[in-house]
Amino acid sequence: MSEIVFEGVTRRFPLPRGGEFLAIDRIDLRIEEREFVAIVGPSGCGKTTLMRMAAGLDFPTDGRVLVGGKEVTGPGPERAVVFQQFALLPWKTVRENIGFGLMCKRTPKAEADAAIARYVELMGLSGHEDSFPHQLSGGMQQRVAIARAYVMQPAALLMDEPFGALDAQTRIVMQEELVRLARRNPRTVIFITHAVDEAIYLADRVVVMGRNPGRIIETIDIRPLREDGGWEAMPIEEVMDTPAFTHMRSRIWKLLKAREQERPAAPAPIPATVPAK
Amino acid sequence: MAKRRDRNFLGPAGTSLGLGEFWALTAAGFVLFFAVWGGVAASGWLPPNLLPSPLAVWDTLVRLWNQPFAGHVYAEHLSASIQRFLMGWAIAVGIGVPLGLLMGWYRLLDEIVTPLFDAMRFVAPLAWVPLAALWFGTGIGGPLLIIFVGSFAPCVISAYRGARLVETRLVEAAQTLGASSRQVMLHVLIPGALPSIIAGLRVSAGLGWQSLVGSELIVVGAGLGYLMVQGQGNLNTTVVIAGMVGIGVVGFAIDVLLRAVEAAFKRKWGQA
Repeated sequence: MSEIVFEGVTRRFPLPRGGEFLAIDRIDLRIEEREFVAIVGPSGCGKTTLMRMAAGLDFPTDGRVLVGGKEVTGPGPERAVVFQQFALLPWKTVRENIGFGLMCKRTPKAEADAAIARYVELMGLSGHEDSFPHQLSGGMQQRVAIARAYVMQPAALLMDEPFGALDAQTRIVMQEELVRLARRNPRTVIFITHAVDEAIYLADRVVVMGRNPGRIIETIDIRPLREDGGWEAMPIEEVMDTPAFTHMRSRIWKLLKAREQERPAAPAPIPATVPAK
Repeated sequence: MAKRRDRNFLGPAGTSLGLGEFWALTAAGFVLFFAVWGGVAASGWLPPNLLPSPLAVWDTLVRLWNQPFAGHVYAEHLSASIQRFLMGWAIAVGIGVPLGLLMGWYRLLDEIVTPLFDAMRFVAPLAWVPLAALWFGTGIGGPLLIIFVGSFAPCVISAYRGARLVETRLVEAAQTLGASSRQVMLHVLIPGALPSIIAGLRVSAGLGWQSLVGSELIVVGAGLGYLMVQGQGNLNTTVVIAGMVGIGVVGFAIDVLLRAVEAAFKRKWGQA
């Protein structure tokens, strides 16, 4: 009951000096329940906007976004979001940040404490429960942000380049952790990234997007590769060395590159974020 | 105010200085000030009843401390002023901060209130004295209105700016975790705006305290401003200056206190 469906979704942003910018052009995409879909594409292809529309932080100009059969009308805890820049509340401790959503829905204290403790443990944050975000490294802050989303037991998890701000080593650790979490406790996931490696390693399906206007170029099923190659049992660096993986990576690279050459980027301003009030 | 300067006394302000040096320079500033004042008073350029010497003012302060002037001893005037200020300032903070936060959150309220507010805040607190006198007569309301007018604007502006500066993604993150409008206000906007609000409180307390003398021009029975007006009526400049000293010292104390509060918050939340 948590499949995410984009039906003919178009999004135009008004430009400051009049006119409109077509960010997303008639996208149809169906993400099945418990499916992990990664969306890759160049900056400005509308991938973040797509995720924000599933989160209820932005809305289509035309078309509909449905989650679990219901049209999205606003943000809600059943669709947890992990933001690129973590977005932890700086004035709350690790414990308070992880427990924020539980507090909002007035979960009884004993139950909330138990759930927080479980995710503190799971994400390797033990001993830092009473730290403030600014006292933690980037990798640990992002683990808090992921714990904060997971603790809500959301039906859908929406991740916007969650590892984009991390250094390469931390990133690999976090990718492995995410795979572990996602396989143990599958959710409907939209994972936005511009790292092709990451998309192939993590996702069931990879959606490749192009820009001007933002649209889907191709959708690729990774599951057969993963199952045939036995990726689950292998460390990430070995997976990335297999011929199947490198072949898939160059295939996606070519898709991205071909589109860029075919349509040179028009000099249109791209709104990075849109304030939602 | 002593400026913190480089060791060669020429570098940009703000270069760190030993605590001893800081206090030595602060003291030097005051010594210089009193020396010039004492020198001019002693030179006889101005008659002593227009410019009394620092010592004469000190004698008067001691006398006012022990003997009532204009009905009360100095400490009573001081406490009357402080109470009046605290009441007026509390009303300004109590109304101004929530209004500013709401303006920062609700676009509609922002667009209705901001232009009106921008126009009104250029009317100086003293310009409200006639109206305050007519509306409230000799009641407590008049002085409170003046202090309120003096300290209201920075409360609103700082809360408004603070709320607008809270990053959109923090509000969005809270919303996606299921926070209601009330919870967003309580857990995101208010704490996020707090550093700005506290800075605003410091400014507003200063302005409110400065408006105090104006407020006490309206008939009141006690207070530093009242003391000064009575001193002026008796051509008693030492009393007038003694009142000014009280205003300066209390104003400085309020500022130091609120600076400490500000620093404590910064320590707790890191960069905040």
